[in-house]
Amino acid sequence: MKRGGKQAFFSRWIEGNGPEADTVISSRVRIARNIKELPFPYLASDEQTSKVQELVTKAAAGQKGKFNDFRFLRMAELSDQEKQVLVEKHLISPFLAREAHNGALLLRQDEAVSIMINEEDHLRLQCILPGLQLEEAWREADYYDDLLEEKLDYAYDERFGYLTACPTNVGTGLRASVMMHLPGLIMSKQVNRFLSALSQVGLTVRGLYGEGTEIVGNIVQVSNQITLGHREEEIIASLYNVTRQIIEQEQSARQALLNGERERIADRSWRALGLLKYAQLMTSQEAIQLLSDLRLGYDLGLIKNVDRRLLNQLMVIIRPACLQHLAGRKLSSSERDLERPIQVRRLLNEYMSKE
Amino acid sequence: MLCQECQRYPANVHITKIVNGKKTELHLCEQCARAKEELDFSFEPQFSLHNLFGSILNETILGSRERIAAGKQQCPNCGLTFAQFSQIGRLGCSECFGTFGDRLLPLLRRIHGSSNHTGKIPNRSASTVKVKRELERLREELQQRIQREEFEVAAQLRDRIRQIEQELREGGEQ
Repeated sequence: MKRGGKQAFFSRWIEGNGPEADTVISSRVRIARNIKELPFPYLASDEQTSKVQELVTKAAAGQKGKFNDFRFLRMAELSDQEKQVLVEKHLISPFLAREAHNGALLLRQDEAVSIMINEEDHLRLQCILPGLQLEEAWREADYYDDLLEEKLDYAYDERFGYLTACPTNVGTGLRASVMMHLPGLIMSKQVNRFLSALSQVGLTVRGLYGEGTEIVGNIVQVSNQITLGHREEEIIASLYNVTRQIIEQEQSARQALLNGERERIADRSWRALGLLKYAQLMTSQEAIQLLSDLRLGYDLGLIKNVDRRLLNQLMVIIRPACLQHLAGRKLSSSERDLERPIQVRRLLNEYMSKE
Repeated sequence: MLCQECQRYPANVHITKIVNGKKTELHLCEQCARAKEELDFSFEPQFSLHNLFGSILNETILGSRERIAAGKQQCPNCGLTFAQFSQIGRLGCSECFGTFGDRLLPLLRRIHGSSNHTGKIPNRSASTVKVKRELERLREELQQRIQREEFEVAAQLRDRIRQIEQELREGGEQ
């Protein structure tokens, strides 16, 4: 295991090359695990949470070579900004960044797999992949789960399954989610009908930035709510099937837009690109909407001079901590609105000069 | 207006606090506001799911005397009481599940529609669970075979079940 290391704006999911990538931005699976008898992190003493860190790193090191491509990062040794960058890249939870005691992270080189230590549970194993790859993400998480379980005494009960701090995670401890870009359904106002149906099949919908956030940039996250009473494969399959249905509906909504308002959509996308290239002042709200318009233009084949990787990168760099990281200094919210177009322009120009 | 704390950035967070009729005002920049731990700046509503748990947990316990007695029940491993659990909505450790056991059932059923895990079984920590699960599956199949009058297969299954049961008993004695 290597320690520390510089953060680049690269993550496996940002590559954007998975299946159904024109509607599904990323697929994520996370499983919650705890160590037997040790109090859960919120109740544990400092000594006990550092013991968890030690046990997990030992377990990983004990699996000869299997964790070689992981970095170990202690939250206490990172700046607030560095932690927030990890949050904005969807690699760790806001909770781990801000509130965890003795929080730590094992992060695979390609940033597809992150193992959070001392989050709400002792362990949160996450795999995030580009496009619709729920099964693949589950397999990855499952693999590392098995490796760690060989060396750690997990909290498990015959009746309740994997035991977690919050009763909403008990059982499989599995939360699977897809992040989808749904401009067609949202623009044609069909989305509400859809989303209310989801809750009836045990799924929840959230905005781009997680729990309690509204829908911005036509992006929604759909995830399972129930973790107990269904097998992991069933949970994954049911989310997968629903996602496929949403994709179908979104595609036909897009087709309808293209048939009826091709010029208007093309104009909107090109204008978005123009603004992204030349604007001098930009709020994150505006940026995320422009990126959605541009993405739609690209997905419909109306704009060819961008690609999915660039679109994903742009989505990440417009966020506060990433902007400050790129600028190399702290920025107030109004300074960020000035910095945002500078960084967006830099990335766009870099990309277009390579083309 | 500049932030009262750092005097560097414009104040864009304004807080008016009224405690016991005494009014105080704070004008902070975003960073300083975030740094003030007493204030929670996430946009998540303060009300959380966990507040709901308490009422579900207590709905099966009718009398107030009973409720007080149940609340005092304490996990011997981490010290969390049932009253604390129903307040914060989080268990304290793996042993809490054994301690509070059946009292958790209504809550789990309300959240998940079920209180029985059917998914993954850890290889090492619960090897006997795996065997038991396999047994259940074989018994079910046995019933189906008998109903379909496939007695030859059924006999094989019956022998296999007996063998596993035998192994389990021997394992238990060791």
